[in-house]
Amino acid sequence: MLQDLLPTDVSTFGGDIDHVFWLIFWIVGIWFVAAEGVLFYSIIRHRKREGATAMYLPGDTPRQLAWVLIPALVVLCLDLGIDRAGASAWERVKGTPPAGDVVVRINAKQFNWNFTYPGPDGKFGTADDVTTENDLHVPVGKVVRFELQSEDVIHSFFVPNLRLKQDVVPGRTISGWFEATTTGTYEIACSELCGFGHYSMHGNVIVQTPAEYAGWVRDKWPSQTAANSPAAKRN
Amino acid sequence: MEVATSHTQPTGFIRRYLFSTDHKVIAKQYLSLSLAMALVGGFTSYLIRWQLAWPETNIPGWGPIGPDDYNAIITMHGTVMVFFVAMPFLLGAFGNFLIPLMIGANDMAFPRLNMISFWTLFTASVVLTSSMFVPGGAAAAGWTSYAPLSDNPIYTGVNRGQNLWILAVALEFGSFLMGGINFLTTTLNMRAPGMSLSRLPILVWMEITAAVVFLLSVGPLIAGALMLLMDRTLGTGFFRPDRGGDPLLWEHLFWFFGHPEVYVVALPGFGMMLEIIPVFARKPIFGYRTIIWSTIAAGLLSFIVWAHHMFVSGMDPRLATPFSVTTILISVPFAIIVFAMIASVWRGAIVLSTAMLFALGGLATFLVGGVTGIFLGSATTDIFLHGTYFVVAHFHYTLFPVTFFGGFAGLYYWFPKMFGRMMNEALGKIHFLFTFVCFNAVFIPLFLAGLKGNPRRLYEMSSYDFLKPVQQFHVIATIATIGLLVGQLPLVVNFVYSLVRGKTATANPWQANTLEWTTASPPPHENFRKMPMVYRAPYEYSVPGAPSDWIPQTEPPQPIYPVTAVAD
Repeated sequence: MLQDLLPTDVSTFGGDIDHVFWLIFWIVGIWFVAAEGVLFYSIIRHRKREGATAMYLPGDTPRQLAWVLIPALVVLCLDLGIDRAGASAWERVKGTPPAGDVVVRINAKQFNWNFTYPGPDGKFGTADDVTTENDLHVPVGKVVRFELQSEDVIHSFFVPNLRLKQDVVPGRTISGWFEATTTGTYEIACSELCGFGHYSMHGNVIVQTPAEYAGWVRDKWPSQTAANSPAAKRN
Repeated sequence: MEVATSHTQPTGFIRRYLFSTDHKVIAKQYLSLSLAMALVGGFTSYLIRWQLAWPETNIPGWGPIGPDDYNAIITMHGTVMVFFVAMPFLLGAFGNFLIPLMIGANDMAFPRLNMISFWTLFTASVVLTSSMFVPGGAAAAGWTSYAPLSDNPIYTGVNRGQNLWILAVALEFGSFLMGGINFLTTTLNMRAPGMSLSRLPILVWMEITAAVVFLLSVGPLIAGALMLLMDRTLGTGFFRPDRGGDPLLWEHLFWFFGHPEVYVVALPGFGMMLEIIPVFARKPIFGYRTIIWSTIAAGLLSFIVWAHHMFVSGMDPRLATPFSVTTILISVPFAIIVFAMIASVWRGAIVLSTAMLFALGGLATFLVGGVTGIFLGSATTDIFLHGTYFVVAHFHYTLFPVTFFGGFAGLYYWFPKMFGRMMNEALGKIHFLFTFVCFNAVFIPLFLAGLKGNPRRLYEMSSYDFLKPVQQFHVIATIATIGLLVGQLPLVVNFVYSLVRGKTATANPWQANTLEWTTASPPPHENFRKMPMVYRAPYEYSVPGAPSDWIPQTEPPQPIYPVTAVAD
């Protein structure tokens, strides 16, 4: 049930992120319930009554302060635990990316996502590059490395099911990676305000079986021979 | 000395009410301005919420809005609420009114500067409001104004509106810089005899810590605002990659100020709650010194957490973990403050007045904002949650409790001192109930929307299949927003009615200890007829052996009960 709070995870590192999420969820959840519980109990139980006086509790001795400082010390320890769990997951997701089976250049502009594949020659900037608009085809179970570039303003490449988000900053090339675990179509949303069409800057990650992906490459990419033709080389 | 001029009250209308140098009049000017701007901020929230629940329909009282209107409206909402409501309400109105009264001074250290601060802010409000009516409309790059969207008019189609936005914000910063200098100087130099720093009411500590944090953080952003304006008007390229600049520089300058700014607003809000809780729990604040040290620690830490707004911005990913650690670490001083507040309630003799309800309601709701901050402070979970409605719900759960629960608590509590009349408690409790229930009903659904990955700042969601199930949350949030706004009517009625017809207030209707309650309600022009002498800490409630459950700070020492619990 609780798992349904988040979208289905279909990436290899999504589990690491979700693990940290649930760790924080339970830690802060328990603290939250405890703190609200004490507060509400006190508000209900300790109302002003005839003859009863408040407890004089200035909290200026170590003995009294311990009631606040010891819980705070526990908070500190839990914080460090969250930091530790988070750091290793972050390193995996955003640290040095693994070698990519598929490399794609993602070009964001008001209000479209363009995906450029290097084509059969494996190099960007040649005539056999293949560009698709708003649809990113990738094979399942393969590492996809991407390079993000923007033509105009800051956008943010966000695929909720992949637990992937990265801002796209004009003037920079930002690389990253993901590996999808399940075939299907997963939506891309821009998550940085980029102008009046921000709300419709929509795309899809189409995760295909290796065979389907190979079929798509065969249909849409120029053939190896065409790429090596003299006409292509001149460009 | 300028102080001398403030001893006699001017008789002409203009010098007495308009260009007054009396901190009490200036405080009321700030209060009026912030409440007027809150109407603008509240109305924009209605437009935003209506559009999100029922996209592209005719909004009652306004008409349909387009995507570019929507971006302008959300920009205005954020700018107005943070800079023109929260700051003038918590710092301008309450800081100005209470600092001199609580420390036993007859006015601010620089009364004329105080007047200039207000009128600079007023000018800023006029500039911002007028920016909605220039050709091209108001700024539409978000309240964070990220470059290059804000830098080059071709990207939003807004030219003059954005320039005016920059000007308004820069003027606002200038206004609060002057105000902050006044707060600090006044507190350090003008305290009554006996008012040592360890007898200072905690609200004054919070106000001056906020002032210091603001003074130290705003400089770079004033420079940044001028750089942005120069990019737009003089052809420089600080934030424009096509001219060799870097958009991330703006983000750093903005958030180096932007995060401390959260504490600039939060600390005075906490101050209100901390000032009110002991009075209506009839017991001292638990751990006065510990709270002050935690506040200072939080203030210092607030300078080294800003990059948590930028985990996925494209900055070097190796910076994320250090900033995660500092961000999550800030939970420790805040945990101490919150635990101390709960301990201050524990085993009290609690009177649930309207002021107390708002103070406790603020504490209870702020806790939600506090714990959800951990999810965003962890760089790892922020990858998913950044820029979603989870962030929107989180920061509303921090800023709304301090600004409105804290601020309204303060308003109900100090209204008798400000205007010499009591507010109506029954109307106040209705107002509290509406505000508390509706506020939670707005933002709990938005947390759920955020967890589903709903990006913020979308004009409407229908392009996305994965957001279809989320739409119901937006409908609930919108209905609750309307309830929240309608729920403010009892306050308006109460405010106006009490101002004219309210029961006449005594000097100290709440039996409170701090100095402002030792003088008349409202205080005379010079605040105190006789210089107050301070003998005690501010929260001596229910001292064992004392003849009554409160001992004013001005009460000379008696042998039968302790002089003070936290004296030097």
